[in-house]
Amino acid sequence: MDSSLALVEHSLLAPGGLSIHDLERVFSRVMAPSIDAADLYFQHSRSESWVLEDGIVRDGNHSIEQGVGVRAVAGEKTGFAYSDDIVLPQLLEAAGAARAIARDGNGAGKPLAVRGARALYPADDPIDGLDNAAKIALLRELDALARGLDPRVQQVIVSVSATHDSILVAAADGTLAADVRPLTRVNVQVIVESNGRRETGYAGGGGRCGYRELIDSGRPQAWAREAVRQALVNLEAVAAPAGTMDVVLGPGWPGVLLHEAIGHGLEGDFNRKGTSAFAGRMGDKVAAEGVTVVDDGTLPGRRGSLSIDDEGTPTHCTTLIENGRLVGYMQDKHNARLMGMAPTGNGRRESFANLPMPRMTNTYMLAGRRDPAEIIASVEHGLYAVNFGGGQVDITNGKFVFSASEAYLIEHGRITRPVKGATLIGSGPEVLTRVAMIGNDLALDEGVGVCGKEGQSVPVGVGMPTTKVLAMTVGGTASG
Amino acid sequence: MNTHIAIADHSLDELDRLADLAADVIGRARAAGASQAEVSASVATGLAVNVRLGEVETVERNLDRGFGLTVYFGQRKGGASTADLKPESIEATLAQACAIARYTEPDPCAGLADAALMQHEFPDLDLWHPWRPEVDRAIAIGQEIEAAGRANASITNSEGAGVQCGDAVGVYANSHGFLGRARDTHHSVSCSLIAGSGDAMQRDGWYEYVRDASTFPEFAAVGRKAASRAAARLGARRLSTRECPVLFAPEAARSLVGHLVSAVSGGALYRHASFLLDHAGKAVLPAFVNLVEQPLLAGGHASTAFDAEGVATSESALVAGGVLQRYVLGSYAARKLGLQSTGNAGGVHNLKVAAGSREGAVLDFAGMLQRMGTGLLVTELIGQGVSIITGDYSRGAAGFWVEGGKIAYPVQEITIAGNLRDMFMGVQAIGSDVDPRSSFLVGSILVGRMTIAGE
Repeated sequence: MDSSLALVEHSLLAPGGLSIHDLERVFSRVMAPSIDAADLYFQHSRSESWVLEDGIVRDGNHSIEQGVGVRAVAGEKTGFAYSDDIVLPQLLEAAGAARAIARDGNGAGKPLAVRGARALYPADDPIDGLDNAAKIALLRELDALARGLDPRVQQVIVSVSATHDSILVAAADGTLAADVRPLTRVNVQVIVESNGRRETGYAGGGGRCGYRELIDSGRPQAWAREAVRQALVNLEAVAAPAGTMDVVLGPGWPGVLLHEAIGHGLEGDFNRKGTSAFAGRMGDKVAAEGVTVVDDGTLPGRRGSLSIDDEGTPTHCTTLIENGRLVGYMQDKHNARLMGMAPTGNGRRESFANLPMPRMTNTYMLAGRRDPAEIIASVEHGLYAVNFGGGQVDITNGKFVFSASEAYLIEHGRITRPVKGATLIGSGPEVLTRVAMIGNDLALDEGVGVCGKEGQSVPVGVGMPTTKVLAMTVGGTASG
Repeated sequence: MNTHIAIADHSLDELDRLADLAADVIGRARAAGASQAEVSASVATGLAVNVRLGEVETVERNLDRGFGLTVYFGQRKGGASTADLKPESIEATLAQACAIARYTEPDPCAGLADAALMQHEFPDLDLWHPWRPEVDRAIAIGQEIEAAGRANASITNSEGAGVQCGDAVGVYANSHGFLGRARDTHHSVSCSLIAGSGDAMQRDGWYEYVRDASTFPEFAAVGRKAASRAAARLGARRLSTRECPVLFAPEAARSLVGHLVSAVSGGALYRHASFLLDHAGKAVLPAFVNLVEQPLLAGGHASTAFDAEGVATSESALVAGGVLQRYVLGSYAARKLGLQSTGNAGGVHNLKVAAGSREGAVLDFAGMLQRMGTGLLVTELIGQGVSIITGDYSRGAAGFWVEGGKIAYPVQEITIAGNLRDMFMGVQAIGSDVDPRSSFLVGSILVGRMTIAGE
């Protein structure tokens, strides 16, 4: 017996007097000859957060959310309903509402069979895994560390948060799978002030692990130092240039470029509907020689990783672009079925109260062979962008933006002055064709990504090696 | 003779139940030793239908509950929430909030808003207009909208048309004895269409957002507007890097108002994280600009008689003659700043931006284009490149190049950049073409000069 299934059955189904056998009864209510698929998604989620500001641990919050979502699919039609009460009458009522998209009839799902998957993270509850006094001590330590680094630090806001999420998926195709998902996060923001000028710096990270692992890694202390360093760099920043120039992206978080420029455009739903700038371009050359991009949900402990997706499919490492050619889309079951493809373990949902759809996990570009120093040295006049805020894309015309939060001018092959944050804009199907050099220093981000799509947020990861892109548009204010 | 068909409306009973629950939990929190406590509880229901290429795509029924409790033990605070209202969940929430308050530290600014500020009058603000169409009716509306849009010869594909209806009831109560009840409805219809094909594809859309479904404009018009907006973007070009005037269409202009509100909000001010620090009493906009908060506006999207802490709201100027009159504060930020709450816990409750121009004339949209003459009309902004601490602004934009007051051609893949302080002081005119879909009631805004980055 799958151990996470036993755990989740106990915590999700047993309190409402439900058994796996009852779920098969629900499918007999949902299924009709015209229904192609149906699933039930049970979830119990507990979250907490603690905030220190102005030297005071001033706020703490705890939240609980639980319920079940019922989906019925007929062709391209989807009916969906949910209940926050996990008991049979409510489940049958939701099932009746979800199947209203189909005509009358009777059917049944396949017998449920447990689907196990390799566990990429421990099932332990991070919230109870560390006592509150130790969380408070961490907040205080990071506050003191950040304040002690530089007298220009005026304000420090530190937060820690954790979620413990238990899910169970049962589908009419016989899928029965469970997952217990921890997620922790530490964030440090500082505000620095010098000669009347104020700037801010942020850093943070986390993953699918307990607080203890984060603390033992020493990374929270590194984030406190990083937040202060970034804020101080920004104090010196001059106006960013405006116009088209070569851009060198640093390793790690700048991989948000891949997420926006090509990731969303390769999600199955947009391609099935023909609304993506990448629709119908499978096999086409969409990137320069040497560019290989994957979406990999199987990295142990990563923020974007999942042992199984929210439809019970084990996650994959899906190659999206192989040596410049478009070779794969990211799929959930619904879009995969309609496109005659296989699901890739990318069916995700924010919660039981939302429908799943194709979403990214950890999206990154594989390393090349160049020394990062050689890449910088090759640029006569350009921008070196090492940190970013968020980005956004219009998947239909492919135009994307992402906003630098730390960047420098490159003049005559050398990094010179820091410049203020500027938005970079480009065209998804075009930008990777202008990748000129790829570094040997692939890094993944620290574990801060949140992706929003159609109003649903899910945690994701990104990564890339140092990469030179020719002729990108940089949206600063300084001419020349 | 009219025949009224009564819709079963249990909202008042539901409010009574929530109010009883809130009072009960506050009593139990006090019994557990809390010196103060506050509760928010809500129940929201809705239906969302999406139609694509003439066929129903999704039918979603929503029922969302929420319950949040904050307890204060002296000046130590703890909070907890649950998404269901079952007795055992409420009990666990109370225990969690109290447990957290054992670990947080005394904060001299923590606590409920002052009792003297609580609202005592609860006028009917005309916010409750339930609309619960049958699923088949909602589908038919979506089909009508999408079909009207697809009738446009430029339209090649569709992301669909949506129909959403929703109502919510909620209470906020605290241990001052305050109890506020709210009922409100919001309904929307939307359509997103694609014009052109291959590399030339362009998408755009339109939506309507109302409290009362009887005030929807003709449904087919939503589809037609989505179609004409998508078609108008076909053949979009880039611009060369340049400086020029920028006219923000109303749907883009509201984001500028949002940045101003962020910069004068308590959280940014007490953290010294705003470029408008210490600007009360100073000019932040040209003298012809007035901004008035109207919390009691009948049917307004953000109307309420009390804020998220029970504080009475009232009509009040935010900017008069271009001069910032006050900040936007809840009680916590107010205490941090040594000021009084402005009834803005939870945000600004309708902000009306008066139309006008440096020359005094009030202009409609065509007049605003004429006033700009030659420059960039922005209809869409993407990305997050706005720093409230410095005012630095750099965002992706799409829209139209305008010559001699007339739209010349569509543009895309450019950025617009500047500093919000200069952009606000550089406002040349604000149009009378107010977009009624937002709680920021603002028309188009003409900014004198910004940097465009492109080819």
